[in-house]
Amino acid sequence: MWTFIHKLGSPKWCYSLCGRLQPGFWIAALLLIAVGSVWSLAYSPPDYQMGNSYRIIYVHVPSAILAQSVFVSMAIASAVFLIWKIKIADMAATVMAPFGAAMTFLGLFSGSLWGVPTWGTWWTWDARLTAMLIQLFLYIGVIALRGAYGRNDQGAKAVAVLTLVGVVNIPIIKYSVVWWNTLHQPATFTLTSRPAMPESMWMPLLIMVLGFYCFFTALTLYRLRNEIIRRESRTRWVQALAE
Amino acid sequence: MRANRKRRLIIVLGLVALAAVAVGLTLYALRANINLFFTPSQIAAGEAPHDRTMRIGGVVKKDSVNRDSNSLQVTFVVTDFAKDVEVSYDDILPDLFREGQGVVIVGKLDDSNEFIAQQVLAKHDETYMPPEVAQALKATGNLPDGSVPSS
Repeated sequence: MWTFIHKLGSPKWCYSLCGRLQPGFWIAALLLIAVGSVWSLAYSPPDYQMGNSYRIIYVHVPSAILAQSVFVSMAIASAVFLIWKIKIADMAATVMAPFGAAMTFLGLFSGSLWGVPTWGTWWTWDARLTAMLIQLFLYIGVIALRGAYGRNDQGAKAVAVLTLVGVVNIPIIKYSVVWWNTLHQPATFTLTSRPAMPESMWMPLLIMVLGFYCFFTALTLYRLRNEIIRRESRTRWVQALAE
Repeated sequence: MRANRKRRLIIVLGLVALAAVAVGLTLYALRANINLFFTPSQIAAGEAPHDRTMRIGGVVKKDSVNRDSNSLQVTFVVTDFAKDVEVSYDDILPDLFREGQGVVIVGKLDDSNEFIAQQVLAKHDETYMPPEVAQALKATGNLPDGSVPSS
């Protein structure tokens, strides 16, 4: 177990592991998202109140979940980088950020589209929506800070600290609908009770969420390989690879 | 080296804890401002400001919606099952607006405690179900209050 984790810290070993894991995740992502899309758009029943417009949930919920999971992953990677000085962790945090920002934007955008027919407005300053917007700004801040420093060690540390501070926003997003009264409804899925949705609706949603996770993993592995090559371009093993 | 790592671990954990406490205290101090709306009970208790635009939230009371036959004018009662507020509105209501539905309303409270609405937003709850299930629940009287299936 420990030797495995130690090996992960080696760029060369990590590069080849990412390469081996990649195809499986790409195939899984493609299959899950294809099956999930067809199932959710064509076969799951309409909602009794919202009719077909509720199907936005099949994009909205996976992207919102990913927006938060990606940031938590970045925070974990940042902590590992700060404490153990493992460069791979910093590289992983770097390559995850743009995808997280895209997911946050997608969550906000699909929520707006859904809000127009359902609530009667595309935006309101309620706690859930505002916290999610702050999350988007945090992602942009992390990416911008990284860009401002270029590729140096001080910059990586600053970004890691910002990511760790920013992770405080995640529980705020999660519990905003519980702590304050908001226009956004509380969670449909909780650990303590049955989902407030029949299986014919949540099955395709679960498939979509898993598909998004696989897509995120595959994309991260792919981009991490590029990042390793870029940062390790002066080492002998990368130069041997190029020849 | 090991002591170094331990020190950095403590610094990282301390940083996150400190940030959490700072944000937590800020949100606690701002809690009244973060709530999106006032409830009818808060209005009855005099907590809501008069002559200022604000939001109220609650459920549209059963059999309280009166539509004017010649205009968009509509009046209804918003309740939190403890206190009521009368609302009048003169614009297009959202699709999900119906008796028993949760709503959030932007507007002003006039002197007689009637709420003059500028915008009505429908709140959706966290339950989803197919129309057939809703019909079946309605037939047995088990449909949660206010969730009237759309035809």
